[in-house]
Amino acid sequence: MYRYDSYDQSIVDARVEEFRDQTQRRLAGQLTEDQFKPLRLMNGLYLQLHAYMLRVAIPYGTLSGRQMRKLGEIAAKYDRGYGHFTTRQNLQYNWIKLADAPDILAELATVEMHAIQTSGNCIRNISSDQYAGVSADEVTDPRPWAELLRQWSTFHPEFTYLPRKFKIAVIASEEDRSAMRLHDIGLKLVSRDGRIGAEVYAGGGMGRTPMVAPQIRDFVPEDEIVSYLEACLRVYNRYGRRDNKYKARIKILVHELGVEEYKRQVEEEYAHMRELGLNPPTEELDRIRPFFANPAYEAGLSDDLDRSDPAFALWVDRQIAAHKQPGYAIVNISLKPKGGIPGDASAEQIALVADLAETYSFDELRVTHAQNLVLPHVKKADLHAIWQKLDEAGLAEANLDLITDIIACPGLDYCSLANARSIPLAQKLSERFASAERQKDLGELKVKISGCINACGHHHAGHIGVLGVDRKGVENFQLSLGGSGAEDASVGQITGPGFSEDGVVDAIEKVTNLYVAQRQEGERFLDTYRRLGMKPFKEAIYG
Amino acid sequence: MKILTGNDLSTGDVIWWAGDGWSRQVGDSADVGDKGEEMARAEEAALRVVGAYVIDATVEAGGVRPAHIKDRIRALGPTVRPDLTLKPNDADAGNWVI
Repeated sequence: MYRYDSYDQSIVDARVEEFRDQTQRRLAGQLTEDQFKPLRLMNGLYLQLHAYMLRVAIPYGTLSGRQMRKLGEIAAKYDRGYGHFTTRQNLQYNWIKLADAPDILAELATVEMHAIQTSGNCIRNISSDQYAGVSADEVTDPRPWAELLRQWSTFHPEFTYLPRKFKIAVIASEEDRSAMRLHDIGLKLVSRDGRIGAEVYAGGGMGRTPMVAPQIRDFVPEDEIVSYLEACLRVYNRYGRRDNKYKARIKILVHELGVEEYKRQVEEEYAHMRELGLNPPTEELDRIRPFFANPAYEAGLSDDLDRSDPAFALWVDRQIAAHKQPGYAIVNISLKPKGGIPGDASAEQIALVADLAETYSFDELRVTHAQNLVLPHVKKADLHAIWQKLDEAGLAEANLDLITDIIACPGLDYCSLANARSIPLAQKLSERFASAERQKDLGELKVKISGCINACGHHHAGHIGVLGVDRKGVENFQLSLGGSGAEDASVGQITGPGFSEDGVVDAIEKVTNLYVAQRQEGERFLDTYRRLGMKPFKEAIYG
Repeated sequence: MKILTGNDLSTGDVIWWAGDGWSRQVGDSADVGDKGEEMARAEEAALRVVGAYVIDATVEAGGVRPAHIKDRIRALGPTVRPDLTLKPNDADAGNWVI
């Protein structure tokens, strides 16, 4: 894992003290809310429905046990005993007091964490593959580049006031576990003729105008990735629609200019930048890379498992992913218990996972954009002990990528932007489809729920997506089918008129029943939908 | 009726204008008539509230009820965590929101 150097630590510490002073001035009346709001947002502090909300950055979703433990301590000390893991691999506290915020940031700084650039029209936290460094199918670990981009984008003076927020994802596998093409810029690291570089995708996103990012560059050599991104950002910064918030994301610029014209302008800027020699020194990437070296795996470990306990075997079959190192496994920890709140974890659960990371996973864990956690380096021989501890803590649900592994934004229960509640719907679906046999039979089925058009719940990318809307003060839910955030990225299509909360649960049941009746051998729900099209599903729903 | 709400500047708690000060109970809300915007500005300037705004509400058997579900959720707390609401021991409290 990356460790702060003196520069990293000093700028984070300085930012804490700066915000402490700003907060004191606000509480003393020396700053108005209009003056203070942009300052607190630059430090991840929002004002939500019930209180201030603090969003903490978890760079590329990677955490140490010490950092995770601190997140749990803060939840217990300053919040109401829990935190919410988000679809951008971050963590949110929902009940923060303004006067406590500087102290919380100071505590975060002691474990090399902060809340910088988790809000505002800047480059946000870089996201990446939760299996980075451990999956067998990646060409290289994407996190050194994600860390390089984190350093490049932190307090970047030119990109602090972009037309709109800007999200970047970096992956290095054919399988996309990060919704890479639904980011403003997605980088897919590839190997060509023995050289590492990146395919570059630009102009993806969700929100009110969902778009899958087109590829704008087939290959950028690894030592030129930063300057190429700088060119992409410069064109966007110059021509992005600052006159209209709803048209200010890069996806609108790419769409309005056309991909070819945007590419042409980026290439022109890139050629100019190459002359300036603005690439970061390769020594910096070389300095970063060893932080992400393999831990000291034991050689010669067995891959055998005692599967005599059926509940353990069920969990293993669902939650364990293949590791590149023989004898090791990737453990997915579900934060979607039956009837639970997707992404929520209590302070005690957070502390337990920190312990497990330290004891069994070389002191490392990951947060996924699907609001789950991962222990990336676990000996298979330790799986049963880990499962027992997770089970005692209510964290042993076996539902990864199944219909109850639902992504849901905080919705109207917490969020001031929301139009409808997402969580109660997720809970009802979780109850309706609770049967393990039924979930297994339905197979991979990604349900994603957003409480408003901003789409924090990624509903556009759900095999089944639900968008909550406000119909004259009454919650209403639009259903969409056929979205995907994976390597086969697509935007879901709305089925038709919306439903009540109970009505949309029934509609989803009808959709899944049709899938079961019509599927062909080996087809996932998404495959059957793509083969049949919307019509039969619509007929099943609306009669 | 028109009532005034916002968040406590320091704690962020949801608060309601009760006629002679702020309350955490929506039931204490006073009708601000057409003076709400003016009062909001004055109270914000006095550092007692942030994000103050005026909403419609009705008086029903259960007391003052904000017209919009969003403000009813603000008044009670998250419907998915009854233990964190203002009425953690009232099993029917969530029905008031919906």
